[in-house]
Amino acid sequence: MPAKSAAPNGNAPILEVRDLKTYFFTEDGVVKAVDGVDFYVKHGEVLGLVGESGCGKSVTSLSILRLIDRPGEIVGGEVFFEGENLLDRPLDSMVDIRGDRISMIFQQPKSSLNPVFKVGSQIVEVFQIHDEKMDKAVAWEKAVALLKRVGIPDPESKAHAYPHQLSGGQAQRVMIAMAMALQPELLIADEPTTALDVTIQAQILDLIRELNHETNTAVILITHDLGVIAEMADRVAVMYAGQIVEEVSVEGLFKNGLHPYTQGLIKSIPVLGSVQEQLNTIPGSVPNLIDLPAGCRFASRCPARVEHGLSICEEHMPNLLEVAPGHEVRCWLYEDAAGHTAPLKPGKGKKKK
Amino acid sequence: MTQYILRRLLLSIPVLFGILIATFAIARLIPGDPCTAALGERATQAACDAYNLRMGLDEPIYVQLGIYMRDVLTGNLGDSIRFSRPVFTIIIEKLPVTLELGLAALTLAILVGVPAGILSAVRRNSKVDVATMVAANIGVSMPVYWLGLMLAYLFAVLLRDTPFWLPPSGRLTAGLSSIPFYRAWGLPISDGTFGFPIFEFLSNLYILNSIITLNFKVLFDTIKHLILPAVALSTIPMSIIARITRSSMLEVLGQDYIRTARAKGLRERLVVLRHGLRNALLPIITIVGLQVGTLFAGAVLTESIFSLSGVGRSLFDAITGRDYPVIQGFTVVIAVGYVIVNLAADISYAFADPRIKLD
Repeated sequence: MPAKSAAPNGNAPILEVRDLKTYFFTEDGVVKAVDGVDFYVKHGEVLGLVGESGCGKSVTSLSILRLIDRPGEIVGGEVFFEGENLLDRPLDSMVDIRGDRISMIFQQPKSSLNPVFKVGSQIVEVFQIHDEKMDKAVAWEKAVALLKRVGIPDPESKAHAYPHQLSGGQAQRVMIAMAMALQPELLIADEPTTALDVTIQAQILDLIRELNHETNTAVILITHDLGVIAEMADRVAVMYAGQIVEEVSVEGLFKNGLHPYTQGLIKSIPVLGSVQEQLNTIPGSVPNLIDLPAGCRFASRCPARVEHGLSICEEHMPNLLEVAPGHEVRCWLYEDAAGHTAPLKPGKGKKKK
Repeated sequence: MTQYILRRLLLSIPVLFGILIATFAIARLIPGDPCTAALGERATQAACDAYNLRMGLDEPIYVQLGIYMRDVLTGNLGDSIRFSRPVFTIIIEKLPVTLELGLAALTLAILVGVPAGILSAVRRNSKVDVATMVAANIGVSMPVYWLGLMLAYLFAVLLRDTPFWLPPSGRLTAGLSSIPFYRAWGLPISDGTFGFPIFEFLSNLYILNSIITLNFKVLFDTIKHLILPAVALSTIPMSIIARITRSSMLEVLGQDYIRTARAKGLRERLVVLRHGLRNALLPIITIVGLQVGTLFAGAVLTESIFSLSGVGRSLFDAITGRDYPVIQGFTVVIAVGYVIVNLAADISYAFADPRIKLD
């Protein structure tokens, strides 16, 4: 099945997520953590997935590998990886994808490593899962080489260390070594630096960057830190309350972010050198994911809605529209509808779906 | 590691002293008089005085305690008041029975309890989970003596003349006897030979003895006799182990490293058994260690119901007969066993979890 929203430069996406819906069926009601998410990642590209806590970034990434546990369930959508819909696979066979073709690193490196196994063994395990015939000694050597590659000093002896004997930064390096062991086509990095201190953050990001260049592994970088996005990403997808609200190149995001939420995020970054009495914030809070509004999910917090006096926002959901080549946004400011004329339109909007 | 073990052993000494004093005191606090228990209700004062003098019971309590301590430390557990035999000999005779029963029950409890707990945790809130936990709750609340009687009634009476019949009492069918391995092998060992108590002790472990002498008839008969008491004795520890395993596994399965293991492409079975169980082991080890106490307590009732002449039964008889030296001797043995098992549990933590450093 050919990808519909293939990238403009003809480079077909390695991953394309379409209308993904992951709901959690809790006692209080259905939590629509991911509710119709669309995005794609090209070969060798770094896609930033931005949004505040609880907007569904992590659930989206776990859904790609189908690592959603009960009471969560992927209820709809498609996840095309190299042309194959992963959601059509039997769940059992996902083990052939995980760790081999798509791998993942997490927010808390120290708790993501198993405390009772040596870090070397945990890397060796990746080799042995996907190649049962591989000799233990060979795998161990490869693990040591990987530790060396990710910048662990004295890798021979560190391979024998247990996770509690490592610092957070070292643990994340081990996680990266594990994730890169089989040179996957896609790496999902879920807030890889959030738990680390700032100096270490930069080193870890550099490492991911290097590996991305070296092996041409595509990366989905999940973060709430626009600074990290500016430094790392080629393209950005902005998420809000379980939906993508804007998808654009990283330059486009900072120069010409169209969605009022994106603009709010950018405005809330403190600027070095400028004196501010108060930091900018987006007033209000994310809507309850159990009881979502019918219209735009950002409507209740949106300054532009008030400014332009729009009434449609609270009644109908806007679509994710391509407003310029490679720039998609979900907002009534840029979309026409019956009885509604978009107040702002950069170029001619064409309906994406 | 060695240092840790030594330190733990040294720390056990005050514990054991405490146990000696406590058992000494408890035995003497039981209402009743050893003289009337031994010589009967109609014993004359003179006969009783002579008896007390002979048994050292005329001395003040603290002198009795001092003598007792001295004797225990020199390995002399005294003589049974009722049987006029050394307590040590009685222990050599009875302990293997209880050891065999306890080990069988503990093995059963672990082999059933741990997998049941894992299954429950993996399929949490499913029918399997609910059924297992209901069964565990019933198991933990069922009195051992009642369960023992019901099992005996079911398997020995109702199922008589079926292949499922199981003997309700004793260690061996009448007519069979377990020939001690040293006699079977013609070793020149008899009462008085150096180390005889050890040989005697080992040969009284019928399962071990029948395996090394290749006497399978006795082996199967012993196992057949062991099934009902072992099942009765194992239900409470089994239920507790299942519940602890379930909760421990549930906690572990929610950890980040389990998600990592899945993200690596590991199959779910290995995620649970390799990454999950290994981390869930600590509380299980602790509870298994503590269950040894429950087992000894349960052995008193189980052995009485199934007419097994082990430590529990003898202790029960000794208590009703005010046989102080036997009560004290057996209690010390049980306490030492308990201390050793829990020391072993503590040491095994270090093997289960590298984060625990022993020294």
